[in-house]
Amino acid sequence: MRAVKSLTVFCALALVAIWPGLVWGHVFLERADPRVGATVGVSPGSVRIWFDGVLEPAFSTIRVRDASGNRVDNGDSHVDSNNEKLLEVLLLPHLAPGAYKVIWSVVARDGHRTEGDYTFTVGGI
Amino acid sequence: MRRVLILSVLTFFPAFFVVLSMPLLSWAHGVAGKRVFPPTLSIEDPFVSDELSFLFNSIKESGGGGEPPTNSTEFSFEYSKRITPHFGVSIADDYRFLDPEGGDNEHGFGNLEVGAKYQFITNTAHETILSIGIAAEIEDTGNTSVGAEEFTTISPALFFGKGFGDLPKPLKYLRPLAITGVIGPNIPTQGRDVTTTVSEVTGEIEREVEQHPVSLSYGFSLQYSLEYLQSYVKDVGLGAPFNRMIVLVEFPFETDLNRGSGGDTTGFVNPGLIWIGKSLQLGAELQVPVNNRSADHIGVLGIIDFVIDDLFPNSLGRPLFH
Repeated sequence: MRAVKSLTVFCALALVAIWPGLVWGHVFLERADPRVGATVGVSPGSVRIWFDGVLEPAFSTIRVRDASGNRVDNGDSHVDSNNEKLLEVLLLPHLAPGAYKVIWSVVARDGHRTEGDYTFTVGGI
Repeated sequence: MRRVLILSVLTFFPAFFVVLSMPLLSWAHGVAGKRVFPPTLSIEDPFVSDELSFLFNSIKESGGGGEPPTNSTEFSFEYSKRITPHFGVSIADDYRFLDPEGGDNEHGFGNLEVGAKYQFITNTAHETILSIGIAAEIEDTGNTSVGAEEFTTISPALFFGKGFGDLPKPLKYLRPLAITGVIGPNIPTQGRDVTTTVSEVTGEIEREVEQHPVSLSYGFSLQYSLEYLQSYVKDVGLGAPFNRMIVLVEFPFETDLNRGSGGDTTGFVNPGLIWIGKSLQLGAELQVPVNNRSADHIGVLGIIDFVIDDLFPNSLGRPLFH
């Protein structure tokens, strides 16, 4: 019985803890377009990544490289002006079939830096 | 003298608060490259941190040594503070409720534990962390009726964490795997207790000796991060809360090394889940004893971990010195 009471208190603490108003901090990747690890049929025009927190535009970038390491983005990565959680970059037109590596680096509003990368494939290779 | 003191205070405190309030680019703790190592429930974390953890544990402990089997419930807390980005200290204690079979209930605090840890390797490319640390469970700071010892125990240890994000592409679905672990001795400052009594029957003096062996704590956690899978390997369509979960099994063990009980081992296999948020992390595990010496029944563990460096990144959550 005492253990049940203890568990109840613990769960109550957990509920208080996950109250939305308390939550902010370094960011995680929410979703991306093209999707992480996906194969797309046609060359995408851009890479867009949605994070779960507001980004610092000056310190948030995306680079995209082909299998040889050549940049295939326009070098204009930027945080969307209407959505501060969205980072995007335009790609060169007509990417050849193959694997591409998306390398991102972001800084959250609280100053925490997060880096990551993933690949997507064009043309079913 | 008094003027010097006032001048020192007037100089120190504004400087202290200016330092605390400076904006700063930083890495979250427990991160090596793309890997987020979560605070685990049974195995000591391999990283230094700014955290406040509350742990719940309920299990039926084995009897033995004249003690009856006992239902044990514990609430623990631990506060960890980074002094520098790679050196931190901690303080921990627990409140125990003991319900022995056929005996009176007891409750009270365990001994206070303090520790220090130095994270001397953080390799981002290979998602590797190595730390050394030392902890001391301080004598006479808890209630002996709930098992708080009347001697201090010193525990130096080596901690490690390794993510497998550097595996080759054919093994990409194993990249979300990680392992953390710890090994180190527990050294009591008192080898034994001797209790002398006079027998009421025979009148002879009887000596009861309780040995306090040196023991070796060792164990590891095996983790599979769905967050890592979803963010860096393959978007398999997991939504919240599953896209922030880590499936893990922990294997904490302890073996006595001397003083009559050398080789005696206790241990558990603890399967569970951890959910990692931006400023707090939640976890729950079953606690399966590996032998009768460890416990009689399966126990449960739960944790709420507040990530202070995310909640207060420019003040309380920052290392004191950079």
